[in-house]
Amino acid sequence: MRIPPLFAHVAVFIGAALVAAFASASAQEARPAAAAPELAAPEAQRARELIHIVRQDCGSCHGLTLAGGLGPALTPEVLADKPFEGLVATVFSGRPGTPMPPFRSIVSEAEAEWIVDQLMRGFPPDAGLPPAR
Amino acid sequence: MSSQSTVRLAPPLLWAAILPAIVWLLSACSSVAPTAELRGTGDLGVVIERADGRVKIVETSGRSVLATVEGLGDLSHASVVFSRDARYAFVFGRDGGLTKVDLLQAKIVGRVLQAGNSIGGSISHDGRLVVAQNYAPGGVKAFDADTLELLAEVPAVTEGGLRSKVVGLADLPGRRFIYSLFEAGEIWITDFSDPKKPQTQRFAGGNQPYDALVTPSGRHYIAGLFGEDGLAMLDLWNPEQGSRKILAGYGKGEEPLPVFKMPHLRGWSVAGGKAYLPAIGRHEVLVVDTGTWQEVARVPVRSQPVFVMARPDGREIWVNFAFPDNGWVQVIDTVSGKVTHTLQPGRGILHMEFLSKGHEVWLSARDDNKVVIYDTATKQQVGGFESASPSGIFFTTRAARTGF
Repeated sequence: MRIPPLFAHVAVFIGAALVAAFASASAQEARPAAAAPELAAPEAQRARELIHIVRQDCGSCHGLTLAGGLGPALTPEVLADKPFEGLVATVFSGRPGTPMPPFRSIVSEAEAEWIVDQLMRGFPPDAGLPPAR
Repeated sequence: MSSQSTVRLAPPLLWAAILPAIVWLLSACSSVAPTAELRGTGDLGVVIERADGRVKIVETSGRSVLATVEGLGDLSHASVVFSRDARYAFVFGRDGGLTKVDLLQAKIVGRVLQAGNSIGGSISHDGRLVVAQNYAPGGVKAFDADTLELLAEVPAVTEGGLRSKVVGLADLPGRRFIYSLFEAGEIWITDFSDPKKPQTQRFAGGNQPYDALVTPSGRHYIAGLFGEDGLAMLDLWNPEQGSRKILAGYGKGEEPLPVFKMPHLRGWSVAGGKAYLPAIGRHEVLVVDTGTWQEVARVPVRSQPVFVMARPDGREIWVNFAFPDNGWVQVIDTVSGKVTHTLQPGRGILHMEFLSKGHEVWLSARDDNKVVIYDTATKQQVGGFESASPSGIFFTTRAARTGF
């Protein structure tokens, strides 16, 4: 007995959709941080400035793409198993014995939390600084 | 048959108009592609557009952009060395890309992805070998400068399998290269005379070398240290003496200030028998006598210095600064030993490059998306152009200098 061609097509399509859905669900489980509600962003101008600082100036050690340099990579995959609070402390207070400086003169603690949250989700692209006054 | 009689020629008057036109067009054709206007490369340079994987080829006589070359990968920490004939630029990208650019034809003539994470490179004195220094996997690799074929590899691995990031690579006479190991704190010299059998000598260095320089004569190698107060110096004319510390304890007993960007060291630090070196964690330029290697002065500056560059005549030192003070540039007069000018050429001044005799300096203003050109005598802006997120500026005059 032959399977009708239309039936075969539909079966393959549904199978593929199930596999895709399962794969994306398991990717979500691997990154609990991404499932947590996103931290509130600073006001737009400051957020743009912070994104620029992270991409460009943190980028001088961690790479523009945050794939690492003298400092380690800051991609979601690398940060996934690191404790959130520890990362915030590293940004805010630095890491003695390494070249990582404290950024407490540059960002507030809440801003450090937002930066780490964004890093763990995949950091937004830099739109540059607004034109000079 | 009367077919011939049906062929009609154009009237003579029309031919009189068409023929000169054909001759003119043909002669125009022959002068286009094959023989572009002849020019030298001595006044050419390259500006890195770091965010777009692109370089601009510039000429410094008319202060103009000649061409843009795309497709060089991640240039977030890019550096450039030139072939001996100053025709080709070898561009080392952060992503491990090594790209050979023909400055005259403004095109890529070779490209290899040679590492996962790279910081720069160097070229041998005979111009035959290009050597890349890598963070990941840590080590150096030597390539044929013509073909970019990989010839040799030296992993920066020390006892216990510790692999180090390589910093501070510089060329030495005789196809030798000197470099420092960030984690292991050592200085290595590798001789690539026989690329199949590279020979490496190891020396003690210091704690966390971040960059290094070889003096213009090629005699002294100085590694800046992040992990201790002082620098490591190796006399390459007396290497058996090993390295020694200079400026040891320059910040002793004081809380270091945060370093938001690592300084960059090159032979441009040396002028008039002195070396002008950025302090780490102190807002000072340290001045050391290159005869005695004793500290002779300190110059307080605005922030953490990044590039401390002597104008080629040695009369002035230009200094730029780490984030968040990277909109400032200061000029130190080497006779009085004091800061004489404080400038604000633009936002995010990442790099400076002098013309060969020092009458102009080109500065990249990353956050203003422009390159600005200053007359060093008047300290006034004399030119500039738009450039997307520019970082390094490299002129072909580097081709003739040891350590560049």
